[in-house]
Formats: sequence, C-alpha cells, structure tokens
Amino acid sequence: MMEQYALLVAATLNAGTVLAIAALGLLINEKAGIVNLGAEGMMLCAAIAGFAAVVHTGANWAGFVAGAAAGGLLAALFGLLVIWLNTNQYATGLALSLFGAGFSAFVGISYANAKLPERHMFAIPGLADIPLVGTALFRQHPMVYFAIALMGGLVWFLYRSRAGLILRSVGESPESAHALGYNVRAIRLAAVVGGGALCGVAGAYISIIYTPLWVEGMVAGKGWIALALTTFAMWRPLRVLLGAYLFGGVTMLQFHLQGRGVQLPNEFLNMLSYIATIVVLTAISRNPAWIRLNMPSSLGKPFFPGA
Amino acid sequence: MLKLEARQNQSRLWTVGSPLLAVLLTAILGILLFLSLGKNAMQGIQIFFWEPISSGYRVGELLVRATPLLLIALGLAVCFHSNIWNIGAEGQFIIGAIAASGVALMAGPNTSRWIVLAVILAGMVGGMLWAAIPALLRDKFNASEILVSLMLVYVAAMFLNYLVFGPWKDPEGFNFPQSKTFSTATQIPILFSGLRVNLGIIVALAGGLGLWVFLFRTRLGFAQQVAGIAPAAARYAGFSSRKALWLALLVSGATAGMAGAFEVAGPIAQLTPTLPAGYGFAAIIVAFVGRLHPVGMVFSSLLMSMFYIGGELAQTKLGVPNSIGGVFQGLLLFSLLTCDTLIMYRIRVVPALRKPRGT
Repeated sequence: MMEQYALLVAATLNAGTVLAIAALGLLINEKAGIVNLGAEGMMLCAAIAGFAAVVHTGANWAGFVAGAAAGGLLAALFGLLVIWLNTNQYATGLALSLFGAGFSAFVGISYANAKLPERHMFAIPGLADIPLVGTALFRQHPMVYFAIALMGGLVWFLYRSRAGLILRSVGESPESAHALGYNVRAIRLAAVVGGGALCGVAGAYISIIYTPLWVEGMVAGKGWIALALTTFAMWRPLRVLLGAYLFGGVTMLQFHLQGRGVQLPNEFLNMLSYIATIVVLTAISRNPAWIRLNMPSSLGKPFFPGA
Repeated sequence: MLKLEARQNQSRLWTVGSPLLAVLLTAILGILLFLSLGKNAMQGIQIFFWEPISSGYRVGELLVRATPLLLIALGLAVCFHSNIWNIGAEGQFIIGAIAASGVALMAGPNTSRWIVLAVILAGMVGGMLWAAIPALLRDKFNASEILVSLMLVYVAAMFLNYLVFGPWKDPEGFNFPQSKTFSTATQIPILFSGLRVNLGIIVALAGGLGLWVFLFRTRLGFAQQVAGIAPAAARYAGFSSRKALWLALLVSGATAGMAGAFEVAGPIAQLTPTLPAGYGFAAIIVAFVGRLHPVGMVFSSLLMSMFYIGGELAQTKLGVPNSIGGVFQGLLLFSLLTCDTLIMYRIRVVPALRKPRGT
C-alpha cells in the first residue's frame, strides 16, 4: 500500500516536471513584460522535433536539444513580430499556437508509428535503494532534477544577479530601462527566446520521456495550463514549481482513481486537470489588488522607443 | 537601413491592403513549402486557390465549410471589437452541437418539420451557456477569459466523447462511437438538391448584415466598440464594461452554438467524436483577416474554407498530409499580423548611423 503511494509521488513529480519547465520558461519572458500565448504551439513543435531527433539519432539528449531549438526558433519569430513590429501580443501568440498545432500535425504524420529506442531505468546509486523514499524521489529522469535546479537558478538569477535586475526592470518600466541606456528590445528578445527554448525542452520531455510516442495534439493544453501557472504562482519561481507539482498531482490523481475502481467514466476523470485550472485561476484572480501587486507592471504592453 | 516610423493616423489604404498582401505572402510561403517538400509548387497553389472553386459541386462544399466559419467569426468579431478574448469558440460549438443533438435525437418518424427550429435554438442556448461560464468568472472573479474559455474547449470535447462512447452510442452502430442518425425531420433544409449547402449559409449572411447594423447603426454597438478601443472613454460616457463583456460572450456563444447545430444536423446528421474540425479556432483567423468587418469576414471565411478543402485535395493529389491546410491557416494569420504593421507605421529608408569612435 505504501509502495503504491510512493509510486504516486514519483508519477506526480514526473507529470509536474513538464508543467514546471514550461511555466518557468514563460515566467522569464513574462518578467520581461511579454506574454507568449504560443506556448502550446511551441511545445507541440518541440515535441515532434525532439521525437524525430531521437528516432534518427537514438540519443535522448539530441531530442532535448532539438526541442529547445524548435521552441527557441518559434519564440524568436514571435519576438521579432511582437517586439520590433509591435504586433498585438495576444493575437501573435495565438497565431503561434494555431500554426504550431497545424505544423506539428503536418510534420508528425510520418512519425505516427515510429518507436523510440528501449528506455533504461534511471536511479541515483545508493539513494534509489532506500525503501519508499527511493521509489518516490530518486528513480526519476534527470530532467526532473533539472526542473528543480532551474527553479533555484531562476531565483538566484532574478533576485540576486544584476542581469536579473535589468530583466525585471524591462518588464516593470521599459521606459526607465531605455532611459538608463539598456537595449530593451534585445533584452526582451533574449527573454522570449529563453522562455521558448524551455517550453521546447518541456515539449520534448512529453514526447520522449513522459508519453514516449508522437500523437497529434499530444500536448493537450499543457502549454495553456503552464501559462495559467505563472499567474497562480504570482510570478514567483518557487510557487511555479510547487504549483506544477500540484497540477501534476491532479493529473495523476485521475489515474489513481481509475486504478482504485472509482465509478466515474474516464472522460470525467480526464476533465479534472482542466477544471482544476479554471477553479484555481478563479480563486487566485478574485483579488485584483493582489494580482496588480505581483504582476510585472508592463506585462503585455508594447514598447516602441521614441526617435 | 530600414526604419519604422509611426504614422499620424491609421492608413486607410493598408487597412484594406494588408489582408490582400497577407494572402499573397501566404501563397509565396506556400510555394516555398511545396518546393521544400519536392512537390510541384504550381500544382500545389492551383489546388489551394483554384480547384476549390472549379466546379459547382466544389463551390457547394466551399460554402458548407464557410458556413460555420462565418457564423462563429461574426460572434467573435463582437468580442474582439470590445477587446474580449474569447478563444474557446470551439468548445461553444461542441456544446451547441450536443444540445442540438439532444433535441434531434428526441424526434421520431412522425415529428413535424418545425423541430428544426428547436434544434437550432437548442444549439444557440447550449453555446450561450458554455460562453456564460467565462463571462461569469471574468465578471465576478476577474478570471482571464482567455484561459477559462480555452480550458472549456477540452472539457467540452471530453464531454462529447463521453456521450458518443457512452449513453448516446447507437446500439446498432457496430460499436462505432457515434449517435443514431437523426431522423430526416430534424435535418437542416438543403438549398440545392445534390449539394450539401444548407440554410446555414443564408442565416450566416443575414447574420453578417445584422452585425453590420449592430456595429455601425446602433448605440449599443457603438458602446461595444468604444469599450474595446478606449475603456476609459467608455466609462466616462457611462457605457458599462460589464454589459459589454456579457453581450460579447453571449452573442459569440450563440453564434458558435448555432454553427454547431447547423453542422451536426446538417452535413453530418449524427453526433460523432470527429465533429470538432477546428472551426472555432479557424474562425479567430477569419475574424482577424476579415478586419472584424462583416463584408471582410464573408471573404475571409471563403478563403479559410479554401484552405480546408485545399488540404484535403492536396492529400489525394499530392500525397501530403491534409494538415497542410492548417499550416496555411497559421501562416495566413502570421502574415496578416506582419502586414498590419503598415497600418500604424511606414517604412523609411534611412542612412545607417556611423558609430562614434571609441564605442
């Protein structure tokens, strides 16, 4: 019985990792003042790019690199439009999501039946053999630990480093940052590309490790949930990570309930994570002052440096 | 070196010219895509831009797909005019189709033809109820309508699956996940025998006229637009932003739900899990490319419908996956957003600045 709960914790961490990496990526560009609604599209393209790379090379790391490259490239396209041509951030992100869904389906057709090389189990020597705790925590794919390290790294970067301070200033008051001589557009582009690359890593994780196969539309809204997560977490890295695990837990709860023979059609259990997103978003948003206090002040607003 | 310079006023020329330029740009990108796949690019372009209108039957099919696109886009235009981001029309479409099916499945062999009205009405009400959820959560709890409406698409799709795999599954359907075929009394009247175009296209065109009157000839429609362009001015003028929110979401929910009813009780005539063909998302592109103007959206819905049909033709004739239609649709929106820059800015050629020495 206890063993089963240990497995549930392990599965939760695994599911939460996808959301955590994507949402931490989106956090970077939101801290710089840019909302990228294209997360879902970037993750889909990265999922197929990563999957294809592993099929052809047999190396998982190549898949993650390909995923990051795909996400970064699409984010750069989005960034050029939004930052230099001042297109509407919502509309452009939406365009990216729609394009990504179509493009990944288009490319993915030929990989629909492809199989990945045999997976080997991961285990941290020594720690993995501890009863229960080892099963729950120490038999994960390295990306699970990467997500935690990424969170720590972001906390340091955003709140302890000079570069992070500049990044945040660009999201709070681009005019002031510009007046101080910082290149607001270049900084925003870098943040957008970084965020896109991390969304790409998350997308690749889905198709290489989490599901491991390619199915059209397989990201299934995780990009949108990751976007919602940055708001839930009030734009704080640690809360993003914890929120991601919470949602990973909700996803796993449905499988757990199915396993325990709960008499509810699968379709209703599958709705859980989407409904949970709506419920939490509603609960968090009800206090507008709280949101205003924590949201980067120039989030979503264009910046056009004067002559 | 090229430089963007802000215009004093929006360019009227480019407001109309930008979508046309975007179509041209999409076609060029399409040629490049076909070439990179090693296909005959001219044939590819012909398949997308000429073949869908090359025969009476194909034009009929074009209108079949343009119907839901135009209907949904009309409602979304009300939303986007007032800066409400309803991106969950796909979900409202599904729930509308489910509600319409609920009524249609009740009909027997002796049911009167008038039940069609009830089927359409049920679709509208279903769509409105589904759209009322993001409206309520935005109004009372300030929750983002973007995320709520989008999440509800997944919920709606799963509910559809539940019905067709569960309680509504046709017991004589060889275990396929689909409902019984609707009795003929419930089916939306066909316009021309031999074609699948139905009453829906007439309703959609009338809806376009209605939208034009609403936006440009009524006080309420004016208030709706002011709420989007200048919220502060709208407040000062006493236009309620809450009213604008509810109106926008309910209208777009109604049109999306109605589109679902026309689709499920029209060309398909039964509820299947493949009913959602992405019209709710494609209609977002229709609305933008049509400049949120009824006349523009009539043309853009036909164009987007061509991409649907072109994708299917490309699959049979060129052997490329039909999702290439979706790629074209995405490219069109990207191209449009890029070209729209010309409305607010003009491109100036300026000599490159020489950098001062030492920096």
